[in-house]
Amino acid sequence: MSPEAALIKTTGLTVQFGRRTVLQSVDLVVSAGEVVTLVGPNGAGKSTLLRAVLGLQRPSGGTVWRKPGLRIGYMPQRLAVDATLPLTVRRLLALWGPVTDAAVDETLREVGAASLADSPVQSLSGGELQRVMLARALLRRPDLLVLDEPAQAVDVAGQATLYALIDAIRRRHGCGVLMVSHDLSYAISGTDRLICLNGHVCCAGRPEDVRRHPDFQALFGIDPLAMPAWLSAAGPHSHGAATPGCQHPHDPGPKDKHPHG
Amino acid sequence: MDDFLLRALAGGIGVALVAGPLGCFVVWRRMAYFGDTLSHAALLGIALGFVAGINLMLAVALVGLALAGVLVLMQRQRKLATDTLLGLLSHTTLSLGLIAVALLQTVRVDLMSYLFGDILAVSGGDLAWIWGGGAVVLVLLAWLWRPLLAMTVNEDLARVEGVPVLATQLGFMMLMAATIALAMKVVGVLLITALLIIPAACARRFARTPEIMAGLAAAIGALSVCGGLGASFRADLPAGPAVVVAAAALFLLSQLFPRGGTR
Repeated sequence: MSPEAALIKTTGLTVQFGRRTVLQSVDLVVSAGEVVTLVGPNGAGKSTLLRAVLGLQRPSGGTVWRKPGLRIGYMPQRLAVDATLPLTVRRLLALWGPVTDAAVDETLREVGAASLADSPVQSLSGGELQRVMLARALLRRPDLLVLDEPAQAVDVAGQATLYALIDAIRRRHGCGVLMVSHDLSYAISGTDRLICLNGHVCCAGRPEDVRRHPDFQALFGIDPLAMPAWLSAAGPHSHGAATPGCQHPHDPGPKDKHPHG
Repeated sequence: MDDFLLRALAGGIGVALVAGPLGCFVVWRRMAYFGDTLSHAALLGIALGFVAGINLMLAVALVGLALAGVLVLMQRQRKLATDTLLGLLSHTTLSLGLIAVALLQTVRVDLMSYLFGDILAVSGGDLAWIWGGGAVVLVLLAWLWRPLLAMTVNEDLARVEGVPVLATQLGFMMLMAATIALAMKVVGVLLITALLIIPAACARRFARTPEIMAGLAAAIGALSVCGGLGASFRADLPAGPAVVVAAAALFLLSQLFPRGGTR
């Protein structure tokens, strides 16, 4: 990996809230065209790491480097627009800088939300809203997409579609992707590098390797065989169903209510 | 029509035209209690204005700004929820204001006229302040419109996109403080929030864009002023409360219409 290709890089990043250390010496690099997924239990500091990368959270120690001129397309965990604000999707997309109607239509088509252009934002389902927010990020023509639990408010059927869409987008636009994810199965499939976070980086690497790492299994209580067949088909199945490291089965369910966790 | 009634109309409409658009942001950002707090602090501003011998509207705006600053600092501590902080500040400043007014030996302050407004006593000088100040507030609001709207949709996103969030927020608070100072004479410190939020709430039903909602809120506010003053003149009602009741009546009436706007 050539160093010029790096989009963002944290070195020894430490974040403390009061006396509590949320992140301890985290080194993270995301390069152009690469998909990096952060996983970890609630309160592991995943969102905090994203916020530090975005410049929303001041580090207590270490550095965050962003490539000069880097354009980030950020997709927040959940967009809650008050019901009293009359706002169509088209208008929402035009709030962040000048865009043409044609560009809006084309981008909405790309994320499969073309019919929603003139709908009120509040009338969208969770999945529709996330696709619109993805379009919003794309309209900024980003070098790096930063997604905070993109599928959190999306039903199970929509989750696969959303992750497939993210994958298609990064292939088409060649942008890097840094995302936090809770649902291991879908997220892992399109990921180049999986980073398991629990205050510090527990383990990192290709998903099929990380998945077998004892730290990862201890955190998630998951063994490769428990994953969908289409996913684990990539790796050997010889690691057995009963994994001794599963003594702390943290629930990896989609219920992280702590955006700063 | 009598001169004082014309001045009252002009003053009331001037305030409504500013309060409508600004009130939309108060509704969208759920800041009604913040508006209450700022207006309750206005009485303290009046007392301090008397003591310092400066223009009372200016004094009220300054106290409102100081209060907004204190609130932002206290929010950063994250020890208490914002509504608790607002309740604390709101009633403390109102009480301080009442005490300060009572302690003023040299001038007799007509407390009722500040609490409930004295629109029929609007002078030519007041009108100049209301229309001049109101125009400045509206121009600044138009200037802040897009970043403010972006922030209202999502603050983190706005920050990532390079919106100067803190400056915009302070700017908005400044406009709130100024508007409250301008509206004080018309409806009084206890009723200002009504003039901010009721026309906006009423306009929501008919609006398809934020801008239309702001324009409608201004028009509905002006209509409330006309209706309230009319009722006040005919039936000898207190003018400030009559304006607020007129706005509430329009709100009730608007609920009879089928939803014309979005959703």
